[in-house]
Amino acid sequence: MTTRDLHTLTLTEARSALDRGQFSAVELVDALLGRIEALNPALNAFVTVTAEEARAAARAADERRAAGRPLLLDGLPIVHKDIFCTQGVRTTCGSRMLEDFVAPYDATVVARLRDAGAVMLGKSNMDEFAMGSSNETSFFGAVANPWNHACSPGGSSGGSSALVAGRLAPAATGTDTGGSIRQPAALTGTVGLKPTYGRVSRYGMIAFASSLDQAGVITRSVEDAALLLTAMAGFDERDSTSIDEPVPDYAAALDGDVSGLRVGIVQQHFDAGLDAATGDAVRAALGVLESRGAILKDVDLPNIDLSVPTYYVVAPAEASSNLSRFDGVRFGHRAADPEDLLDLYCRSRGEGFGAEVKRRILTGTYVLSAGYYDAYYLKAQRVRALIAEDFRRAFGQVDVIAGPTAPTPAFELGAKTDDPITMYLNDIYTIGANLAGLPGLSVPCGFVDGQPVGLHLVAGHFAEQTLLNAAHSYQQASDWHTACPEAYA
Amino acid sequence: MSLDKEQVRHIAMLARLHVADEEIADTADKLSRIVDFVDQLAKAPTDDVVPMAHPLNAAQRLRADVVTETDERERIQSNAPAVKDGLYLVPRVIE
Repeated sequence: MTTRDLHTLTLTEARSALDRGQFSAVELVDALLGRIEALNPALNAFVTVTAEEARAAARAADERRAAGRPLLLDGLPIVHKDIFCTQGVRTTCGSRMLEDFVAPYDATVVARLRDAGAVMLGKSNMDEFAMGSSNETSFFGAVANPWNHACSPGGSSGGSSALVAGRLAPAATGTDTGGSIRQPAALTGTVGLKPTYGRVSRYGMIAFASSLDQAGVITRSVEDAALLLTAMAGFDERDSTSIDEPVPDYAAALDGDVSGLRVGIVQQHFDAGLDAATGDAVRAALGVLESRGAILKDVDLPNIDLSVPTYYVVAPAEASSNLSRFDGVRFGHRAADPEDLLDLYCRSRGEGFGAEVKRRILTGTYVLSAGYYDAYYLKAQRVRALIAEDFRRAFGQVDVIAGPTAPTPAFELGAKTDDPITMYLNDIYTIGANLAGLPGLSVPCGFVDGQPVGLHLVAGHFAEQTLLNAAHSYQQASDWHTACPEAYA
Repeated sequence: MSLDKEQVRHIAMLARLHVADEEIADTADKLSRIVDFVDQLAKAPTDDVVPMAHPLNAAQRLRADVVTETDERERIQSNAPAVKDGLYLVPRVIE
């Protein structure tokens, strides 16, 4: 192993190499910072690079290792989606509104990973306020997909997916409200894990839709996702929706044994909306699981076709409420020379928010407004209950539900920006898990015309171990996740 | 259901969001498409269904009513566009 190849290592590989003293955390971090400097200008995956802080943290990790007291993730590099508050480092959420915002505290996810020894390399680009499926709504510009720079890396965690796929870092955090970790993972050939709602603290994670948002990770191997989840998950009294459930050592319990695992197939997930070649890749992946002992079974989710419209009422409603805090008074963008207080509010928000965020705020305001609340918001909450009940019944019959993560491979930048509905339908297979609060994961399962596609797995509440184990089993029998875009090898 | 320009202006005012005149028509068009799309929810039979606000149907946790935060006004206000003597400044609201 020469320092020229350090970017090829997964977290798990880097950890054991660091333990053996093959190189130092400082060398690892320097190698990646060099790559970021060289390759990020074309990708635009970072909003902020924290080189000096990273070197200092790596030195501290090396000292702990030298003293024989390494932490769980000591010296392992990670990038945080720019939705997580980082004390002393600006947190923009991809928005002009927060262009200069420096959080006075760390998000729990950031604090826990740092306390486990992880070294933050910077903050990743994202769709503005996590509203988008292509990373094109970012105030800081679109992100390129390392597999084809003309294509989107997905979104909203598009910076995270692009930089992991391009080997600029072995792992990055993400957030997933309707598919924002899993869809970009699928489009970049990476692993994306969205845990159960409440599994990981939302404290310090800028809110989009509070009943749907969940933090997770994008990595290259399932093992790495398991390793990070163990460090991130767990009860946090500062998040009122955090759930007090024990956190197992997910990585240690991975055995890749899927014999007898009941895998549910939902026919609607293979309907006309699915690109045929993507469907073939997903069916082949299901065949791999079957050959390793899993039992494939049809299951019915009768109301799943209503998940996207349900989401596009619930999520904008919650967003319109959450984003009311941006008033141009306490923090964030403020319009110049306001005539009065109302003008200050309206113009600060009008200037600070981009087009898609405005559309969601307006949609949310509309469905919550007098005369429309029952027909839209309350109705959507009822349909949400039906969808959640469908999943509950299905998980009485199967252990995981498997299908495609996204309907197509990566699409070209600009291809879907004119019609919001076309863009929203990217998340047609992932939104159900958010509505029902279930853990979901995307794992690379092949290529279509040179572009990666993903297999999507969903499990019952707090069954992350089952999910990770099924995906790990698949990775043991496949090598899609080791493929690297040519220019990034 | 399609939204007209006046409705868009009304919603924008409720949301305290300035939408430029030249953006109103496009906003109305796109919002109408979104509303048309979510209108399909109407066909779902939900008469006896309890609306779901929390994905795990968990109850709100309570904590003891004790002070847990320290005074960090200065640090927090360092992000504010305009402050004076520990107060946030806005245009005059009372003449």
